[in-house]
Amino acid sequence: MMNHKWRGKSRYVIAYGILILAVLVLLTLNICIGSVTIPLRDVGDILWSGLTGLFGGGAATGISHDIVMQIRFPRAMAALILGGGLALSGYLLQTFFHNPIAGPFVLGISSGAKLVVALMMVFCLSQAINVTSASMILAAFVGSMISMGFVLLISKTLDRMSMLIVSGVMIGYICSAVTELVITFADDSNIVNLHNWSMGSFSGITWSNVAVMAVVIFVSSFCVFLMAKPISAYQMGEAYAKNMGVNIRLFRVVLVLLSSILSACVTAFAGPVSFVGIAVPHLVKSLFRTAKPILMIPACFLGGSAFCLLCDLLARIVFAPTELSISTVTAVFGAPVVIYIMVHRRKN
Amino acid sequence: MGQTKEYYLYTENLTVGYNGQPLIRDIKIGVRPGEILTLIGPNGAGKTTILKSIIRQLSPLAGVVYLNGQGMQEYSGQELSEKMSVVLTDRVHPEMMSCEEVVATGRYPYTGKFGVLSEADHRIVREAMELVHITDLAERDFERTSDGQKQRIMLARALCQQPDIIVLDEPTSFLDIKYKLEFLSILQRMTREKHLAVIMSLHELDLAERISDQIACIKGDRMERFGTPEEIFTDGYIPKLYDMTVGSFGEPTGTPELAAVTGVPQVFVIAGCGTGLPVYRRLQRQGIPFATGILFENDIDYPTAKALAAQVISVPAFSPISQETLSLAKEIRKNCGQVICAVTPEQMGSVWECMKELL
Repeated sequence: MMNHKWRGKSRYVIAYGILILAVLVLLTLNICIGSVTIPLRDVGDILWSGLTGLFGGGAATGISHDIVMQIRFPRAMAALILGGGLALSGYLLQTFFHNPIAGPFVLGISSGAKLVVALMMVFCLSQAINVTSASMILAAFVGSMISMGFVLLISKTLDRMSMLIVSGVMIGYICSAVTELVITFADDSNIVNLHNWSMGSFSGITWSNVAVMAVVIFVSSFCVFLMAKPISAYQMGEAYAKNMGVNIRLFRVVLVLLSSILSACVTAFAGPVSFVGIAVPHLVKSLFRTAKPILMIPACFLGGSAFCLLCDLLARIVFAPTELSISTVTAVFGAPVVIYIMVHRRKN
Repeated sequence: MGQTKEYYLYTENLTVGYNGQPLIRDIKIGVRPGEILTLIGPNGAGKTTILKSIIRQLSPLAGVVYLNGQGMQEYSGQELSEKMSVVLTDRVHPEMMSCEEVVATGRYPYTGKFGVLSEADHRIVREAMELVHITDLAERDFERTSDGQKQRIMLARALCQQPDIIVLDEPTSFLDIKYKLEFLSILQRMTREKHLAVIMSLHELDLAERISDQIACIKGDRMERFGTPEEIFTDGYIPKLYDMTVGSFGEPTGTPELAAVTGVPQVFVIAGCGTGLPVYRRLQRQGIPFATGILFENDIDYPTAKALAAQVISVPAFSPISQETLSLAKEIRKNCGQVICAVTPEQMGSVWECMKELL
């Protein structure tokens, strides 16, 4: 009895160790590797000088310095933060729909966010209005909520989980089609950027972007963590959760809002990123051999960070200097996981 | 109304239903601490709807449910969860949870902000598991247990919530007879030892009759009867409650019987002391109408004979067999092509003198 509990606990410690190590190693690799390989020692020096630079010391300059501080480091941080947010968003949606293959991408929530962001960007560019991070997030959130609204409506009439996914994918296609249409007919040179963004990418992230996303994602994730207890009750089904004293209506609203904010923030900065939301929670659950929310929530965040760091690294280096869209890489790793889950479910 | 004072939970003119459509009106039931209240009635009569309204999953359309003397709506979710726990028919599919973890979810109302179990919580969980004999399942994945085991796990879960009242919706439906009896015995013990109040719905009338202190009969849009088993299981009420058109139900024993074979009796069965039961049932299965006698009305064969035979010749318990009765029996026997004597002279004692004239 005690022996088993200890085994469980040590497993959790080891699993967390693996995840944290993976995040750190991948973060370092993301900074070091690229079209110009920068040795680890140099990176250390650059980071150190950057840090002292912050406190009034003479900031070092140079190509390596710029690559690390202006391009790779913020980009890696974005992958870390957004990946975590995306995985958590997926975890919340899976909890909400009691469906292991629910996620912001398959349910069309990312695509809804993409559409509204694209509309807003095209409008702002045509009116020569500066697009801020905050307005991007807001637009993405509006889009997420619209898609989420449709999904909720559909989920009320369809109780088969496969049908929910199918309708989510359809919503995603509609949104993507309209987005493409908007982009095609918007005649602006900036549209090239928009096109890249709409495919999903962590490129072009600035430090101020990182600051905004860090605030939004960390605050939301902390709120999710505070909900660990009601989430654990909700895993027993709505009726039992209610009997345990959970205010179901409030709980559902908060869950939908948090998952939408998380995926909206990701979409605003990196475009729609596929499969992270499904694959990561599943992989993390298998690693921990438990679904306890209090363990899963931080673990999903770390797992999402590591997963996106790895995928972004591959997106940059596999066909360098050509860069792949992030979703291309996440799909290669994520889709098999989804197929595995579905086959495994059927067997049970 | 004087009695309602001591009820732990009672309803007042409760009307329940879905989407504003009343399904059952003016329900008046109550349960005291240490008592079991059972809802019976035909499928779809709305037993589950009533239970859902009592546990506040559905809001009542009219009337009030009182818990511990206070209107149910006045309780917060937290307060209610410390007083009432449930075992529902909803299938739960908790992911990667061991049976012990499922049971431990019952401790939810008592744990802190992050739901971490204390040593005392663990002890209560283990006790609840011992009570329903599932200690050996503790480490097993909940999804890999049988329906019967799941039901007992859910009962342990409900018990470790330490409620004053448990509401169960058809808790025994998936259990085999061993577990049915075990399950209900645990409930009975809890009501006796911990003064738990229990409200449940049951399909098994025989068990309902045996375990319930109070029974409520739900039919159509109303509660037809509410009372003790003796008051409910009166002659001929159950077939009426369920609109039975085929077969019969022996209320005193809680035994259902298939339809009697009607027609002119072809076989005469001389029986008594339980020797008739297998013969009656075989004849019923083969569709042969039969007559039987002469039975004392306190004979164990008598209720089944009444339910299955085309004709029964009987005399009141402990009274002599009159000449008229004997000649009536002889008359009927003469018209039957065949006689089956199920009894031996030793079993019949002094009555044999009479019986052998029927051979």
